[in-house]
Amino acid sequence: MVEYKLTTPLKEEDVRKLSIEDVVYVSGIIYTARDMAHRRFIELAEKGQKPPVQMDGAVIYHAGPVVRKLDGEWEVVSAGPTTSSRMNRVTPTLLKYYTIRMIIGKGGMSREVADALKERGAVYCHYTGGAAVLAAKCVKRVVKVEWLDLGVPEALWVLEVEDFGPLIVTMDAQGNSLYEKLELEVSKRVRGMLRR
Amino acid sequence: MRASLIEEVAFQLIKRASIVLPKDVKSSLQKAYEEETSKLGKTQLKAIIDNITIAERLNSPVCQDTGIVSFFIKGRSLDHKALEESLRRATIRATKEVPLRPNAVHPLTRKNSGDNTGLHIPGVTLMYEDADYVDITATLKGGGSENMSALYMIPPGEGIEGVKRVVLETIVNAGGQPCPPTVVNIGIGGTVDLTFKLAKMAMIRPLGVRHPEEEVARLEKELLELVNSTGIGPMGLGGRTTALDVKIEYAYCHTASLPVGINLQCWADRRATARIYPDGSWKILN
Ligand code: SF4
Repeated sequence: MVEYKLTTPLKEEDVRKLSIEDVVYVSGIIYTARDMAHRRFIELAEKGQKPPVQMDGAVIYHAGPVVRKLDGEWEVVSAGPTTSSRMNRVTPTLLKYYTIRMIIGKGGMSREVADALKERGAVYCHYTGGAAVLAAKCVKRVVKVEWLDLGVPEALWVLEVEDFGPLIVTMDAQGNSLYEKLELEVSKRVRGMLRR
Repeated sequence: MRASLIEEVAFQLIKRASIVLPKDVKSSLQKAYEEETSKLGKTQLKAIIDNITIAERLNSPVCQDTGIVSFFIKGRSLDHKALEESLRRATIRATKEVPLRPNAVHPLTRKNSGDNTGLHIPGVTLMYEDADYVDITATLKGGGSENMSALYMIPPGEGIEGVKRVVLETIVNAGGQPCPPTVVNIGIGGTVDLTFKLAKMAMIRPLGVRHPEEEVARLEKELLELVNSTGIGPMGLGGRTTALDVKIEYAYCHTASLPVGINLQCWADRRATARIYPDGSWKILN
């Protein structure tokens, strides 16, 4: 369990050195994206068009923030992670089109995503489920919002964060998944418990 | 009892439940943090405790999913219709003023009402209690943990061992998804409508309070130990705190059946209770 502080945009060597169980704090710019934004990212790439944000070394956060407007400025009230497995199907395609270096969410992702992360040089990090105000506290500023037509939670929020974390690396760029490792251990233990 | 009083108390309860966790939940999380041996597990419990502290300081809901609102009411000679109306108004007001995330949708069209109410929502459960006061409990139930609910019809011959088996199965299937450490609320027996009602009644019992019957209390303790031996841990990242507590309520059932309804509650075990006295004064109990 090594602790790292990383700054965006992330470089390939920043994330290749990370292993499962490491703790990371990210500073810089992150993008929130849920189901709908994923779909739009892919549609744009397929049409050969560019998204409205810089994607080289990007950090994607699976979250739909609660926001309010104060004196014309957006403010993030809460920004906990959403369940990442909903994005399992589209993520390998997203990683093919863009050089995303880190995905943040809760609950982990599939083996297909783990393989894609390894191939492209990216990691998946877990953020504590429900820790919404803790997350919001790390958000220094809403830089801008795109795709508001998708609705507030599904829009692409560009957030400037400082020491966003603790993030736990649960799927690293070597293809390891902490979820798979723990699942094996848990099922072995439970089998033992029921046999008694 | 005046409708406006019920509405005001219910509003205050929703607000409090969304922002301040009950004392029993906070101390249970603190104890879990101190006793957790997994380093990763500890980071998660620390993040949860920090989050709770900041939420209270900023007067912000502890989690962005403010859940579905339900009320549990104890008293005698309650006017159902007036009560439901007041609770509905309180929910609409809380959605706007706290604010809560509008979560209530039509189950088929998925159309969102925008105010957390709809047919049969907020849920209202009335329980008779021979007292001159009325106790109202408001609960907010998140979707992530509710989605991990399970109903089992165990062959009665399997008995208590069967109960253990299905609880473990549910916990293992759920993994990190219900935001552990969870509270495992179980209804045993009844016909199935009652089975889950019992699980929900277990949900409003504070953590650490055992069922009054020796045998049931023992099963609660055994199940808690089993669940915490799985090693799933906080947020499913490994560790000894998979659940903060296991609570059971039971009812008699058909001789051919053994229904077990398991309802998981996340660490954000949001509930608030108030007692309203006949003179119109009231106080928060947790
Ligand atoms: S399961 Fe509970 S803590 Fe987790 S996101 Fe849902 S409501 Fe929040």
